[in-house]
Amino acid sequence: MMTCDLSRLTLMQMRELIDAGEVSREELVRAALSAVAEGDEVLGAFLEVDEEGALAAARAADNTGGQTGGVLDGIPYAAKANICSRRMTTNCASYMLADYRSPFDAKVVASTGSAGGILLGKTNMDEFAMGSSTENSAFHKTRNPWDLDRVPGGSSGGSAAAVAANYVPAALGSDTGGSIRQPASFCGVVGMKPTYGSVSRYGLIAFASSLDQIGPVTRTVHDCAAVLDALVMRDKRDSTSTSHPDSGRFSESVAASGEDLQGWRIGLPREYLGDGIDPRIREVVRGAADGFTGLGAEVRECSLPHTDYALPAYYIIASAEASSNLARFDGVRYGMRTEGESVLDLYLNSRGEGFGPEVKRRVMLGTFALSAGYYDAYYLKAARTRGMIVRELEQAFSDFDLLLTPTTPMPAFGIGERVEDPLAMYMADICTIPANMAGIPAISIPGGRVDGLPVGIQLMAPRFADERLLRAAAVYERVTGDRGANPSCPGDVPTEGVCDR
Amino acid sequence: MTFDDPTPLIGLEIHVALATDSKMFCPCETEFVREPNTQVCPVCLGLPGALPVLNRRAVELGVLCALALDAEVYPEMQFERKNYHYPDLPKGYQISQLAAPMAENGIMSFTDDDGGEKEARIRRVHLEEDAGKSIHLPGEGTLLDFNRCGVALAEVVTEPDLHSPADVRCFLEQLRELLRHTGASEVRMEEGELRCDVNVNLVHNGEGTPGRTEISEVKNLSSFRGVERALQYEVERHRQALRRGDPLTHETRHWDEEREVTFSARSKEESHDYRYFPDPDLHPVRIPRAMIDDLQERMGELPRARRRRLSREYDLSSYDADVLVGGGLADFFEEVVAEGSNAKAAANWVMGELSAHLNAEDIGIDELPVQPGQLAQLLDMVDSGEISGKIAKEVWGAVVQQGCDPRAIVEERGLSQISDDAQLESLAREVVEEHEDVVRDYRSGKEKALGFLVGQIMQKTQGKANPQMANEKLREIISREGCE
Repeated sequence: MMTCDLSRLTLMQMRELIDAGEVSREELVRAALSAVAEGDEVLGAFLEVDEEGALAAARAADNTGGQTGGVLDGIPYAAKANICSRRMTTNCASYMLADYRSPFDAKVVASTGSAGGILLGKTNMDEFAMGSSTENSAFHKTRNPWDLDRVPGGSSGGSAAAVAANYVPAALGSDTGGSIRQPASFCGVVGMKPTYGSVSRYGLIAFASSLDQIGPVTRTVHDCAAVLDALVMRDKRDSTSTSHPDSGRFSESVAASGEDLQGWRIGLPREYLGDGIDPRIREVVRGAADGFTGLGAEVRECSLPHTDYALPAYYIIASAEASSNLARFDGVRYGMRTEGESVLDLYLNSRGEGFGPEVKRRVMLGTFALSAGYYDAYYLKAARTRGMIVRELEQAFSDFDLLLTPTTPMPAFGIGERVEDPLAMYMADICTIPANMAGIPAISIPGGRVDGLPVGIQLMAPRFADERLLRAAAVYERVTGDRGANPSCPGDVPTEGVCDR
Repeated sequence: MTFDDPTPLIGLEIHVALATDSKMFCPCETEFVREPNTQVCPVCLGLPGALPVLNRRAVELGVLCALALDAEVYPEMQFERKNYHYPDLPKGYQISQLAAPMAENGIMSFTDDDGGEKEARIRRVHLEEDAGKSIHLPGEGTLLDFNRCGVALAEVVTEPDLHSPADVRCFLEQLRELLRHTGASEVRMEEGELRCDVNVNLVHNGEGTPGRTEISEVKNLSSFRGVERALQYEVERHRQALRRGDPLTHETRHWDEEREVTFSARSKEESHDYRYFPDPDLHPVRIPRAMIDDLQERMGELPRARRRRLSREYDLSSYDADVLVGGGLADFFEEVVAEGSNAKAAANWVMGELSAHLNAEDIGIDELPVQPGQLAQLLDMVDSGEISGKIAKEVWGAVVQQGCDPRAIVEERGLSQISDDAQLESLAREVVEEHEDVVRDYRSGKEKALGFLVGQIMQKTQGKANPQMANEKLREIISREGCE
C-alpha cells in the first residue's frame, strides 16, 4: 500500500489498524510526513514539522507497545502555533516570537501526549490568532485544499488545511470568535469549540482569555470526540478550568448515538439567516434543517434578537483583553528585540517591528476601549451586552436542545480579497462569535457545497452539553451529511474505500 | 489656622509583603535569597501561555490584615489588571484590585509620641502581586531580578487622617507591630517587606479664606526614618511655598536618602492611565463567612486592646503596658501573674532584669530558659521576705544560667534571708557591744550611725539578714538599753 493512502485514514480507522497490529505507528507517522512533504510546499499548512521527534516518538511507542488504552496512541496530530510545546518553536505566526521556544508543554500537548498522540508539527495561523483567513501570518499564506486560490479561513487555517489535505487525521486549534469552526467550514472538516473551561488554556498563548478555547479539527465527528476524550479535564493550573460531567466518555457516546434524533428539539434562529448571509448558504442550512427533520427531530424557527450586538461587543472585549495579554511582548525578556535610545524606544521599536498591522489595530482598539473616560462607554457596555447574549441563549435552550445556524456567512473567499477591508473580514465570524461570548459548546460539520466549495453548518448547545452536541452531529453526519467529501488536491482521488484492507 | 500655622493632611499607601511560603499566583518560594532569578517560574516570569492560580494562604493573610485594621471584608472580591509597561513587570500588567477590593472602611488607633490616642481611617485593604527589582548600574545598564516578582502583597490605603510626620512614624511602627502580631506579615524592613507611598498637602485659613496646597506624593519609601524625614521635608516645602505664595503642582516626587531632599519625578510618570479591567484569568473570589470568623477567632486579642486591658486589669501605667506588649513580653508577664505573683513586682522584673538579660544575650523570650512559674517562685520568696531583692538578683543570675528552680538555688547556696527573731536579736546585741562609740553617736542624734550598725549585721551574715528586721532590732535594743 502507498504510504500516502495511510494518511487519508480517519483517526478511528488508524486506531483500529494499530490496535489490530496491522500498521505500525512509525508507518502512520511516515505516511503523514510524506503527505506533508508532497503537498505542503504549495498548501502552507505547517510552519514547522518535527520529523525527527515524531519518528522517534512513534518508534519508541512501537517498541514498547504504546500507550495501553490511550485514545490517541500512535495518532499523528498537528497543533496550532499558539499552543506551547517544548519541541519546535511556538511563534504564533508572529515575527515577535519567530524563534521563541517554550520551556514547557501546554496542558493539551501534555495530555494528548499521555494519550499516545504524536505531535507532527505546528500549524500556520493568523498572527496571535487575530484574523479569519490565515493571511495575517507573518510567515506565509496557507491555501485552501479545495481551491488553492482561496483562503482556508482562520485563524486556525493551518490546522484546518492540514486535516482537510489528509496530512493528519486531527489537529488542535484555538477558537476565540470562531477560529476553529470558521476554517473547518471553509475546508470541509469538523471543528469544535468545547464549553469554555472544559479544556485547559495552560500553555495557550492568550489572545482573549475569557473567550479562548482549544478544540479539535478532524474529518469526522467520531474523531472529534476521540480527541476531546484526551483534552477535556480539569487542570489546576488554569483557574478558569472546570471538571466536565462527560469527561472521557465522548467517543463512547458518539459510537452509541444511533440512527435518528427522534424527540430532539432544534431551534433555527432567524437572525442567523438574514441579509448578511449568502443566500446559497441559507439554502444549505435550510437543507440541513430538513435533514434533521428527516431524522425525527422537531426543527422550529426561533428568534435571538441580541445576535446583532454580539459582533461589536466581541470586538471590544476581545481587543481589550488582547491589548493587555500582548503587553508582555516588549522585547525585554524574550522574543523580538530592537534596541533604542531609551526603554520606551526599545518597546516602540520591538513592538513596532514585531507585530503585524492587524495585531496593532486590535491592541490600539483594546487600549482605547479600556482608557479612562471610555471604559464605561465601551468595555463595560460590551460586558453588559455579553450578559444579555448569555441570558438570551440560556432562554433559548429552555425551549431547544440545540440551535442550528450557518457557520460562516459565505464560503471560502479568495486570497487577498478581504485583506484591505478589516470590517468585511470581521463579518466572517458573525455566526460563530455568540458561542464564545456565552461560553457554550459549538461545532461546525460539513453541511453541503456552494460552487463546489464546502460549507459548514453550526450546532450550538448549552454549557457542558458537549456530548449532546457530538451525538446529534454524529447522527447527522452518518445519515445525511456531506461525508466523504474531499478536496481535489493534493492526491486528487476521493477517499472512500481507498484504504480498505 | 493661618498661613503661619497650616495643618498637614497626610495619607498613606502601604505595601506589605504577606508571610506566605509561596508566591501569590505560582508555587515559587518567597524566602529572600541573594542570588537573582533563582525563584522564578513561567507564571511569575509571565511567559506566554502561563496562567495564574491564586494562593489561598495569601487570601487568609490578607483577610487577617484587614481584620486587624477593623475593616469590612467583602464576601466576594475581584482581581483586576493594572496595565503599565516597566521592564521589571513581566506581564505588562500587575494583578491587583480596584473596583472590588478585599476590604474597606477600617480604622486604626495609635499612640503618638506624647502618649495621646489617635486614629486614622483605613480606606481599603486589597491584594496585589509585587513586581521584580530593577538594579540600575550607572553607565552599564539595568539588571532585572524577578525573585520578588509575584510575591503576595496587601496594600493598605489610609484616609488623609495623619497630621504630622511624627504621627506617621508612630502609626507605621504600631502597624508593623499589629501585622507581626497577627502573623499577616513578618514586616522585615531590610527586605523591603513594608514600603510606603505618602500623600501630603496643607490646609490653611490664610487671610480668612480657607485653602489647601496641591497634593504631592512621595513614592516608594522603605524605612520609617525615610518616611518621617521625607514628610518633614515636604511639609516644610509646602509651608514655605504657601508663605511665599509660590504655586505648587500636584506631582509625584522621590526621596533622595543621601541628600535628604525630595525631587520631582518626570511628569511622564504621572500621566498613567492604568486601564484597569477584571482579570479574565481569575474568576471572582468568594471569601466565606466561616473563613473570616475563623481567622478573627484565631487572631485573638490585638496589641492595642491588650495594652488597655493590662493597664486596667493589673493597674499598670500605660508606659508599662506599652513596654510589655510592644516588647513581646506580655504573655510571659501574664503567666507569671497567673502563678500568683504580684502584678507590679512581676512587671518590674520582666521589664527590668528579664528584659536586660534578653538584650544582653540578644535572644528572644522564646529562647529564655526560664519558665514563668520559676520567676513567680522567685518573686514569691522576695515577697515573703525569705530573700532580699539583692539576693533575688543573684538567684536570677543563676536561674537564667542553669535554668533550675530559684528555690533550689537559694537552698543550695544557703541564701535564705535571716528573719529569725532570736538570731537577729543576738546579732544586734553583739554589734551594739562591739561598737559602743557608734551607739553613743546614734543616741546623740546621728541617725546615720544606725546604718553603720545595720551594715555590720549584714557583714556578719553575708547579706542574708533581713535588713528591715535588723534595723528594727537595733533600735529596739539601743532604746531598751538606754532605759536601763
